[in-house]
Amino acid sequence: MHPNDDRKQDQGRKIQALGRAIVIAPADNVATVIHITPSTSCYRLSNKAGQSHRIMEAAGPVDFGHKIALTPIPSGGDIIKYGETIGRATIAIDRGEHVHIHNMESCRGKGR
Amino acid sequence: MKDLNTITIQGFERAKGRPGIRNHLVVVATVFCANHIVARITAAVPGSIPVTHNAGCGQLGNDADNTGKIILKTGIHPNVGGILFVGLGCEQHGATALADRAGATGKPAAALDIQACGGTTKTIEAGIAACKGLYGRMAAQNRRVDIPLTDLVIALECGGSDYTSGMAANPAVGVFTDCMVRAGGSVVFGETCELMGAEAVIRRRTSDPDIQGRIISRIGRTESAANAMGVDMRGSQPSPGNIRGGLSTIEEKSLGAVCKSGSLPITGCLDYGEEISRRGLNFMDCPGQDLTSLCGMVSGGAHMVLFTTGRGTPLGFAIAPVVKITANARTGETMAENIDINLSGLLLGNLTIARAGEMILRAVRSTANGELTRAEALGHREFGFYTSGPTL
Repeated sequence: MHPNDDRKQDQGRKIQALGRAIVIAPADNVATVIHITPSTSCYRLSNKAGQSHRIMEAAGPVDFGHKIALTPIPSGGDIIKYGETIGRATIAIDRGEHVHIHNMESCRGKGR
Repeated sequence: MKDLNTITIQGFERAKGRPGIRNHLVVVATVFCANHIVARITAAVPGSIPVTHNAGCGQLGNDADNTGKIILKTGIHPNVGGILFVGLGCEQHGATALADRAGATGKPAAALDIQACGGTTKTIEAGIAACKGLYGRMAAQNRRVDIPLTDLVIALECGGSDYTSGMAANPAVGVFTDCMVRAGGSVVFGETCELMGAEAVIRRRTSDPDIQGRIISRIGRTESAANAMGVDMRGSQPSPGNIRGGLSTIEEKSLGAVCKSGSLPITGCLDYGEEISRRGLNFMDCPGQDLTSLCGMVSGGAHMVLFTTGRGTPLGFAIAPVVKITANARTGETMAENIDINLSGLLLGNLTIARAGEMILRAVRSTANGELTRAEALGHREFGFYTSGPTL
């Protein structure tokens, strides 16, 4: 096989492995994953209109439709989506890490 | 989008009140004792619709009043052409009294009591005969007339929500909502619990301090009721399905849910089942639970429901068409038979939100003109309303 074919196949594999996540509002510190593969190591972040691209490294597995942190978030720090607080971190969260009920909690309706 | 003021649909004229977009013959149980008999009557009368529930007896105060109100409003709804109330004879809201009140609005109405008829079989026979009589009376007013689209009341609901709801489906509905409200139409949304965390949005969208205060206080009241149970709301709101679908907290769910209300001012605040008399964007205090929420908004006069779903739900409603909208590609495929509008292109990058809004407008028009929704075609006729107090 020609060496260029190897490179093209490699690039194709890298593009397929690139995940995609949407940042809904400019103030958000999480993005929502809308495309992921088993070999995803980086995400292409964009806004809802598909603009303002940047690449961010993943920091562990995440489920489809779930959130990843765009910056490190300290324990007790606000989780921001839609430009508003949607909860707070229960432990320190790394940039690129999966954000969900295992490391964040609501500030409402908790029976106390 | 086309100016909604230029659009008319063919509705059914009524003697009093708004025209409807359906012409149903409805058989309503005034108490649960009549449920089976109502089901047997409607099974024998093609096209008739059963309305059954678990209330009408042993209720107090607000719940007792609410039952009577919801049952009556269901019977006299614009989408209903004729109504048969079936009761037992000893319940809190009697069939004859309800039929008299329905008849006073010009609606063909009849009533039966199981005790007076003499039991199950005789009531079923009498019910089938009564329905045939009602169909005859309805034929006299089967006139369809042109009515402005903006004379309709559109209810909004989200159920089985996931990450696609707030990102795509609800914002698309919001585009339609803005157009309908801007053109002078009436839109209602509720699910009070699913505004917990979205109070900042409510404050931005309400300029009348009275309306703002009432909505905020209703959200607070819902949260207090949840807190008084002494348990964490999570698992009920958000539901296990919401959580699997990426929604971590009620705040996240609420901020996604409120997107379906668009961007224009909220100018009405209504109690559960209260008549939606003001044009513009109205909030109604209802549970987040889909069935009771639909019932409250339809009882208030909503003609149809725009219902977004992420994970998929087949739910319909007895007397109003429910248009199902999803932006989840997988749901659009696996539950295709339950979905009216598939907006998954919004997240796949091959559908604009403006175009999605147009698709919703097209569905509103065709549904109003008589095209059955998937829920109607599949026979989904669910009914149930909110009760808050004890049953004695």
